[in-house]
Amino acid sequence: MTALSFPSENLTRTGNLNLTPVPPIPEGERKGLTKKEVAADHPTWCPGCGDFSVLALYFKLIEKRKMHHEKITTVAGIGCSSRFPYFVQAHGAHFIHGRALPFATGVSLSRPDLHVFVFGGDGDAFSIGGNHFTHTARKNVKLTYCVMDNNVYGLTKNQTSPTSPLGYKSKTDVWGSGDRPVNPMKQAICAGATFVARTTHTNPNHVLQMMEAAMDHDGFSFIECLSECVEFYPGAFDGANPRKGGQFPEVPKDHDVTDEYAAYKLAEDLMPGKFGIFYKVNRPTKNANEAKIVSTNREKFAALPDWQILQKNFDRMK
Amino acid sequence: MSDATTATPAPTGGTPEVSHISEAVIRIAGNSQDGIQAIGGFLARLAGRSEQEVMTFMTIPSTISGGPSIFQVRIGSGEVLSAGDEADVLLCFYQHSYEGHVGSLKKGGIVLYDSDHVKEIPQENLSKYRHIGLPISSLVVEAIGGTGRDKGKNVYSLGLIAKMFNLDVPKLHRLLSERFAGKDPKVAETAIAAFNGGYSHTLATAAELFKFKPGENVGHNQIVMGGNEALAYGLIAAGVRFGAGYPITPWSDIMELLRKELPKYGGSFIQCEDEIASVAMAIGASWGGRVAVTGSSGPGISLKTEAIGWAVMAEVPLVVVDVQRGGPSTGMPTNVEQSDLNIACFGGHGDSPRVVIAPSSVEDCFYTAIEAVNIARKYSTPVIILTDQGIASRIEAFKMPELEKICQDISPDFTPVADHKPYDLAATDGITRHLAPGTRVASGKYPVVTGLEHDELGHPTGSPKLHVQMTAKRRNKLKKLGADLPTPTVFGPSEGQVLLVSWGSSKGPVEEAVKQARAAGDAVSGLHIKYLNPLPNGLEKIFEAFSHVLVVELNDEGFYGYGQLGAVLRARYCDPKIRGLTKVDGLTWKIREILDRVKAMTK
Ligand SMILES: Cc1ncc(C[n+]2csc(CCOP(=O)(O)OP(=O)(O)O)c2C)c(N)n1
Ligand code: SF4
Ligand SMILES: [Mg+2]
Repeated sequence: MTALSFPSENLTRTGNLNLTPVPPIPEGERKGLTKKEVAADHPTWCPGCGDFSVLALYFKLIEKRKMHHEKITTVAGIGCSSRFPYFVQAHGAHFIHGRALPFATGVSLSRPDLHVFVFGGDGDAFSIGGNHFTHTARKNVKLTYCVMDNNVYGLTKNQTSPTSPLGYKSKTDVWGSGDRPVNPMKQAICAGATFVARTTHTNPNHVLQMMEAAMDHDGFSFIECLSECVEFYPGAFDGANPRKGGQFPEVPKDHDVTDEYAAYKLAEDLMPGKFGIFYKVNRPTKNANEAKIVSTNREKFAALPDWQILQKNFDRMK
Repeated sequence: MSDATTATPAPTGGTPEVSHISEAVIRIAGNSQDGIQAIGGFLARLAGRSEQEVMTFMTIPSTISGGPSIFQVRIGSGEVLSAGDEADVLLCFYQHSYEGHVGSLKKGGIVLYDSDHVKEIPQENLSKYRHIGLPISSLVVEAIGGTGRDKGKNVYSLGLIAKMFNLDVPKLHRLLSERFAGKDPKVAETAIAAFNGGYSHTLATAAELFKFKPGENVGHNQIVMGGNEALAYGLIAAGVRFGAGYPITPWSDIMELLRKELPKYGGSFIQCEDEIASVAMAIGASWGGRVAVTGSSGPGISLKTEAIGWAVMAEVPLVVVDVQRGGPSTGMPTNVEQSDLNIACFGGHGDSPRVVIAPSSVEDCFYTAIEAVNIARKYSTPVIILTDQGIASRIEAFKMPELEKICQDISPDFTPVADHKPYDLAATDGITRHLAPGTRVASGKYPVVTGLEHDELGHPTGSPKLHVQMTAKRRNKLKKLGADLPTPTVFGPSEGQVLLVSWGSSKGPVEEAVKQARAAGDAVSGLHIKYLNPLPNGLEKIFEAFSHVLVVELNDEGFYGYGQLGAVLRARYCDPKIRGLTKVDGLTWKIREILDRVKAMTK
């Protein structure tokens, strides 16, 4: 009975990986990455798709912040935008539709040494993944979530998305959509996100600024980045593009980012809406809360090896 | 009480005589708020400490408070394989408990009832069973006062049982003080007072008292726990340090225990918004470098299937616990059933081979958890542990595991590597290995884990050739596992008339049925299958030596007359001898039920 058919010898890493190890490089001797080194597959997006700029700015962020390959963790669900991880030369996971956030939470909580970036679409975030959005925000899991909002389902070819404006004509609403669209900023603020920002792919400097601020935030940082689907919803964000006769109104300088109601008010109008950081507060992260539970529990067992902690329990069950 | 079954009429006073017995089945019936599980737990723990084997059987209503609840404990000095078909002693608190359970007593058995509540005893029962009526409710008030009335009834009754079976009072006192330690010291004092009240009752109306013969396991260092507990501790021993889940009966016990215990080992267990999030989170953590666990029961398992399919495709290790209950849908949430074999083995779209193992006892839960973790790691695959309500909620005594030897450290290794292709088609053993994120790859080429069909680095491909190759790769690595699995051994002679095939919690009842059938001169043997997907090799050779192969399982016979494992065995072996012996009444097997069905099917 007690003879295990599968003893654990020789199993290292997640499996029994047996590769040629290479010596570590001292931190000081490592250079930052060039764009070439961080680009992987050529993106499969349609020419002109807004998602290209988001990717380019992610590369910029990696360059600017001198991140090393192995510390970059990119996670996504399913959608055009969610193909993101394939285009980044780094550890990445392309998970299932709508569930990127809980997957990324598993990485974030078990690997506090990594900062996880999650990219995805509006359907992924607010339709199939809507509940996960709420709960990841509420738990304040340390990670950055960038929703590339094109107000449409791109990958499945033009169905109504939860952010499609009223009257939008799609294959599933040939008469025009009648469901009130989700307001991502309001959604994020109400759910308890601790960093909520809005940007658009046509303003690269602003996108980079938001990404940097999000990455530096200790908690769940959410960016809504308008990203035009030139194939199915061209011109959707012209109103927010000064070059197309629109406007780019930034969050007023005197806005108090810790004022939840003020942030909510800023989110009132949808197009062009405001751009910048709407809300940013510090609240203990899930990561920190769990770490605290661990350290108080560990104190009681100071130097005991794991088997002795378990033995103590078992001795009480004799 | 195999050694003392004579139905002597109750004497009218005097000292009852003492009979020496080797085992007893005691059933306690009342409502769930009566603390019946607690009495059962004390008896089980006491028996474990006295080196007796013990197995319990319990049902709780899904409504939690109010409503009927029972606990059956079988204490034996020898090996106990099942919870016992018939009770020797029935303790019942209410009229409905009396009526509902008196039929579970063996002829001549003893009914100990609360005469404050049980008022009507049918005349014909008086000659069949020995009745001892005590105003238990009033006696409790007398012993500990009115305030503790409802709470003290169980412990008072424990005292009565202790008296009747000559149980070890100092040990029980210790168990009671341990159980109520930490709270207001008055609570423990009251419990002991209630117990002593019951114990000192003269039981003058009892025909006889009993004493257990010394156990055969003397010398073993035994430990007593429930199946869910054993499984959770097994995961900890295996080195699992992260899990995620959503509450559902009977899986919740496991997540509650892990939530509380894992931080002691530096880990954590996260309560999620739903079962999809939990499986996703566990997979994320597994990819993070250390196999993680998720689990559920019934409906929650259905929700996890898409993500499990991803883990199959991406070849990421994962352990999923399915504590089966009656289905489909919300079904019979607190009853036992083994009807998730299909979803465990095949639940998911596409061809998605995964590993399914079923523990057969509480002890086996502990070791199966460790095995599941190691198979998941070795073969980089999801492994489903298919346990059931029957094991989850019973308590057994088993040998203290050698923790120092068993506990393993499976922390991830981040040593930089020269180059890496996770889905290497040329790998000699055909098994995928992943680098945990955070690992540097000197070549600068990094892998992606994905649910899309992919090339060797994990990048998407629409190549028909690669889909064929990768599908074969995912299948073949587990076929290799199948070839490495031990062929199960036959319980009893390796040839005969009837072979009873069991899986999961049906192992004990099937083995007991085999023993009884053989004692009656019938050529019946048993075969227990633990590894359900893939199956071990060599079963066909075993089947050859029998005229009937009856697959005993707690699920429906389906359209074609086989249960779920039966259908798999038919499909694999095309052997018309294989037939299903199934039921879905929500209760574990009675030995007599199995034997009667075997008779009818082999006439
Ligand atoms: C469970 C499940 N349902 C449906 C789909 C099909 N599907 C793939 S992507 C998608 C929507 C994509 O829209 P969005 O998330 O906005 O991403 P975009 O393509 O616009 O970037 C759908 C419905 C799927 N892959 N999985
Ligand atoms: S369909 Fe739209 S969202 Fe998808 S790649 Fe093309 S332009 Fe971009
Ligand atoms: Mg979209």
